Amino acid sequence: MANLNDHMGRPIVAVTGIGVVTSLGVGKADNWAALTAGKSGIHPITRFPVDHLNTRISGMVDFLPSSSKGASLLTYDLAEIAAQEAVAEAGLDSGDFGGPLFLASPPVELDWSERFSLYNSDKHDIGAERLLRVARGLKGLDVFETTQFGSIADRLADRFGTRGLPITLSTACASGATSIQLGVEAIRRGECDRALSIGADGSATAEALIRFSLLSALSTHNDIPEKASKPFSRDRDGFVLAEGSGALVLESLEAALARGANILGILRGCGEKADDFHRTRSKPDGSPAIAAVRAALADAGLSEDEIDYVNAHGTSTPENDKMEHLSLSTVFGERIGSMPISSNKSMIGHTLSAAGAVEAAFSLMTMRESVIPPTINYDNPDPAIVLDVVPNKKRNAEVGTVLSNSFGFGGQNTCLVMAREPV
Amino acid sequence: MSPHHVVISGIGLVSSLGEGPDAHWRKLVQPGLEPVLEASRFSPYTVHPLPEIDWNLQIAKRGDQRQMETWQRLGTYAAGMALDDAGIKGNDDLCTTMDMVVAAGGGERDETVDADILAASESRNDRDVLLNEKLTTELRPTLFLAQLSNLLAGNISIVHKVTGSSRTFMGEEGAGVAAVETAAARIRSGQSTHILVGGAFQTEHSDMLLGYELAGYLHRGPWKPVWQRQGAEGGGVVTGSGGAFLVLEQREHAISRGRKIYAELGPIASGRARRRQGGLDGEIAALLGQAALPNGELLTISGASGAHAATAAEKSALDANPAIAARGFSTLTGHMKEAQFPFAVALAALAVERKAAYPAFDAATEKPFNGVPRTVLATAIGYHQFEGMALVNAA
Repeated sequence: MANLNDHMGRPIVAVTGIGVVTSLGVGKADNWAALTAGKSGIHPITRFPVDHLNTRISGMVDFLPSSSKGASLLTYDLAEIAAQEAVAEAGLDSGDFGGPLFLASPPVELDWSERFSLYNSDKHDIGAERLLRVARGLKGLDVFETTQFGSIADRLADRFGTRGLPITLSTACASGATSIQLGVEAIRRGECDRALSIGADGSATAEALIRFSLLSALSTHNDIPEKASKPFSRDRDGFVLAEGSGALVLESLEAALARGANILGILRGCGEKADDFHRTRSKPDGSPAIAAVRAALADAGLSEDEIDYVNAHGTSTPENDKMEHLSLSTVFGERIGSMPISSNKSMIGHTLSAAGAVEAAFSLMTMRESVIPPTINYDNPDPAIVLDVVPNKKRNAEVGTVLSNSFGFGGQNTCLVMAREPV
Repeated sequence: MSPHHVVISGIGLVSSLGEGPDAHWRKLVQPGLEPVLEASRFSPYTVHPLPEIDWNLQIAKRGDQRQMETWQRLGTYAAGMALDDAGIKGNDDLCTTMDMVVAAGGGERDETVDADILAASESRNDRDVLLNEKLTTELRPTLFLAQLSNLLAGNISIVHKVTGSSRTFMGEEGAGVAAVETAAARIRSGQSTHILVGGAFQTEHSDMLLGYELAGYLHRGPWKPVWQRQGAEGGGVVTGSGGAFLVLEQREHAISRGRKIYAELGPIASGRARRRQGGLDGEIAALLGQAALPNGELLTISGASGAHAATAAEKSALDANPAIAARGFSTLTGHMKEAQFPFAVALAALAVERKAAYPAFDAATEKPFNGVPRTVLATAIGYHQFEGMALVNAA
């Protein structure tokens, strides 16, 4: 009889379903095959013209019917596809999930295509006044719903039959991890037996790209797109904007075992700590990220030497990778040089609101498959960052525990600890 | 393990009526108080504008103020007031261990750049190229950060040093409901001892009005109290700028610090009616059932928006219970979206603490309440989706 409660007497939280979509494809099978083959999903932007843009590459998901239909519709589809895969794998009724929904998704705004079409459907007034005039004559709710922050979750709640008020959240680039943390906490508090946690982001619009560009956050290595994302390399020059989704079905171990579900892994611990230093930069001593990692370990009841592998935030920005190295080497000490640490973003780019969920999905698969996906494009190691990044080729290894990091603008730091087995 | 009690130990409020719990109380207990209205700037829409605010009082550094637009400043300001009120501001030990859940929409876009692009689009067919051309040259780089939903929380961390944890919930009134509900659940379960929770809404910006008007939700024509807009021109919502932050605290934690307690936060009920299938009436009734209402007269601080369908459903549910005396505060403040539910809870806590009810905000439709409110109900029925309510009890 397995122990059903953790070291703090709380219900152990199991993962019973996993779903994922990235620029590498739909579903775990395609993604895992590509990821372990060291294949990149980064490609030239074709969704909109790239005139005047410094960055002309991305990891957009371009192969869905909604890929050209705006951020809201694409984000919904990405979330739905990943959730459907996860719920089906869990063997649950995909129209009557029976637990709460936690959705990490990008902040929404009226798409420019809609702004243009509303504006040019009238000739009276100018600017905002004209938009408002046209708006009040609109029939139907389709455009309206793309501007409501709760609408994607509302549709998903209808689609999957989740319970109660769905929570839509944003903790910037840590959002996906936060959606999982909220699910874990709800189960631990005994509010529910299961939760659906989704991170989805289909918001790689021209404006989003330009905004990140203006903050000098994006790689401009346009010539060979698949080489642009190079975490921990000396010549890394920014992240690659990307889209994707990850979904997990979380269940109390007790409820999962009781219904004979296949246990895919355990969500052992979550930790967070906010940074008060700057809107986009982290505190130079790395203390908030260090505190987040330590909080996750403590929550999981594991010591530093019980982590087998780190799924890095690893964005490929000069700042993040340096800070992540500083934080990890502070927490793990000398062992850091020999611990495998790889960045999925080297292949899929930075999926923003989805990243924490996508990377949790890949972390769980890493343990299940006993294969660590590589950090590709590691041709010019940064001498200041001495890490075993699993360079360029996958590695076969028994992995029993994973730490997955997510750090974001606005001082967001969230870390997850996952394990292969319940104990 | 018995759950911990959740108390309200700090309140920060801003609306067209003024700033701070005391100022709001003094205004709101005046029978027949007239709302502060701005009817011309956004005609045909009326809004309740922000009062004059000296941002320096809560955001000491000009550099920080410059990094934000009004929405983030307003939220950071209201959050600072709540921290001050709870005796937490400037206390490193309490701030660095304090959790935070912010209910947020988005920040202000650059209206001039947008209008420029729209004007140019009339004579250009290559609109996507136009967009790149204009946005790459005219957008202020830092404006992005002023627009990001989670950067209200980010600014609160930077300005007030609240760094235990930081989460931002999105989704209109429902975000405010979920933020309060989640924060309370974390305290009850012993996961947190003190949490800053709240939101802000800055309506004096065309995009914030557009967010309602794309579905025709805004009231037009002469202003009316929130319960009296059915059948009037437009959709019934009159918006207001404002913000509401609460410090929620484990009762023992607040007592051990010797703090004043406004009220205890009782059960919170939330839901998502399938409104297109006509589920709203049933959902509101179900939430009222879950809330375990006490016997006797019940003062109810309603966050009703004025949106015709939602407000009619809420009114009929409240009217069906003769014990309920409702106060629709949007009559006096306007609808503050994400901040609506935290604002309702704050007004409920004030009434409990002052042992007095508010007079009718709309004497034609709201009935008197003569007793001492020991328990007050706070509601937020979303103008479009999501519903929630909470009971606030005497400490």
